[in-house]
Amino acid sequence: MTTTAGATGTGTGHRPPSLLSVSRVRARVELLTFLREREAVIFTFAFPIILLVIFGSVFGRQELEGGVSFAQYFVAGMIAAGLFGSSFQNLAIAIPIERDSGALKRLAGTPMPRSAYFVGKVVLVAVIALVQNALLLLIGVLFYDLDLPGSAGRWLTYAWVSVLGVTACTLLGVAAASAVRNGKTAPAVISPIAIVLQFISGVFFVFSDLPAWMQTIASVFPLKWMTQGMRSVFLPDGYATQEPAGAWEHGRIALVLAIWSVVGLVVAVRTFRWRNKADG
Amino acid sequence: MTDAAIRVTGLRKLYQGRPAVDGVDLEVHRGEVFSLLGPNGAGKSTTVEILEGFRRRDGGDVRVLGTDPAHADAAWKARIGIVLQRVDDLAQSSELTVREWVGSMAAYFPDPRPPDEAIEMVGLTGKRDARASSLSGGQRRRLDVALGIVGRPELLFLDEPTTGFDPEARRQFWGLIQGLAEAGTTILLTTHYLDEAEHLADRVAVISAGRIVEVGPPATLGGRAHAAATVRWLDRDGPRAVTTDVPTQVVRELAARFDGEVPELVVERPSLEDVYLRMIGSPA
Repeated sequence: MTTTAGATGTGTGHRPPSLLSVSRVRARVELLTFLREREAVIFTFAFPIILLVIFGSVFGRQELEGGVSFAQYFVAGMIAAGLFGSSFQNLAIAIPIERDSGALKRLAGTPMPRSAYFVGKVVLVAVIALVQNALLLLIGVLFYDLDLPGSAGRWLTYAWVSVLGVTACTLLGVAAASAVRNGKTAPAVISPIAIVLQFISGVFFVFSDLPAWMQTIASVFPLKWMTQGMRSVFLPDGYATQEPAGAWEHGRIALVLAIWSVVGLVVAVRTFRWRNKADG
Repeated sequence: MTDAAIRVTGLRKLYQGRPAVDGVDLEVHRGEVFSLLGPNGAGKSTTVEILEGFRRRDGGDVRVLGTDPAHADAAWKARIGIVLQRVDDLAQSSELTVREWVGSMAAYFPDPRPPDEAIEMVGLTGKRDARASSLSGGQRRRLDVALGIVGRPELLFLDEPTTGFDPEARRQFWGLIQGLAEAGTTILLTTHYLDEAEHLADRVAVISAGRIVEVGPPATLGGRAHAAATVRWLDRDGPRAVTTDVPTQVVRELAARFDGEVPELVVERPSLEDVYLRMIGSPA
């Protein structure tokens, strides 16, 4: 061999960077990219707050069955919708755009562990979801007399419904990204799905007021179970009797979200593409 | 022990039943700058993307750095660098700075160059803290190259790297490639610019309709070195041209006839472009 071969370094003797360190880099890339896109930041955080202000101002004073204010009911729904938006909607739109631009192909040609890309996305989703939740609680408390959860048990429910819901919706968002053909149409395909689900899952309307067939359809999808879980956090226990099942159904919420997580994981793993179809 | 960085035999790739690559054989030596020339649709990019591990082949045997790219792992990818032909991510998700882009890419490799060194090599030091979105097209392409070389690759794929460069940027880029080659990096270059291939490549392969037409050093490709030469000069009654196998003799006769300087004397061999166009069957 020539002497120059050694000079180029064959990689031997150098250990590959750890998954943890690469994941940290990916998380930083995702967060910086998001935070520096001012429009995305404003839209992501302002939109749920604008909705809260509109609905809170119009219907906030109305009382529901059991002496619950509509604002209290609506905040529970908006928190679930915010979790859904920051995970499912965010990823199902962002990933096809990155696939079209060649960003994913560029990454696929490097030794980056592929899981690190998803860790970066998960960190981004978690940060957006946390900030959004905090803002909704803050606005609710300041302007709409929102009662925060009054016991450790309720905060615990808040935590596991959030974590399980975001897990399911993150995996489903990655799975849906494979079904979306290209980045340009992604918002047009994904946003209506999100809005329809919000309408039928008890975000904008009181769920028990919806027609039975609509409730049945909503029950197939995760958002209905997330709003129900959040109502069990923010509404008095007595209100459970107003639910279609007459109870909060924590076990069933956990089961449905877990099933959707598995479905999302299987579809995502089997269908994820690092290049768009036009690229072969 | 083989010193081939790339060895391809009988490579075939079908698109909808039609062969895009139809029995390609190639061998690129370690440390060599090898250029793949061919018109659009000739199978150039398909071949390169199979070598990079992005596409599956339908037939033939491929070894890149001793490994079949269809079964490549992270350790193999750490030894190659890829500059893709068309990527818009630097323009789109462009809110990262040059330094952040190169730094994050370096973090994926076991033995990267210091990011500032890679930035310096492509001449973007002055734009280190600029966001990718603010770069010109040519600067963005140089950032692409920085991302391709920061991992200290043994083998670098450059797919039409200088498209959109102005002449000065192209010259700078050539210097960079020559520097990498001198340090022992093997380079596979596809390009539309024949002067680029002639300047940089140790050998070129011309591919047309999915097959290799000829492989050789640019200076001798297509029998250039021995092809008939054209002698041009300005005679008393106007410009004259003679095509001849013995140009030296023609010049000597002219020198005698003019008794000294021959006005506007030129001796031309066919250019790389001439032989290339003839090989791909295009009327020159």
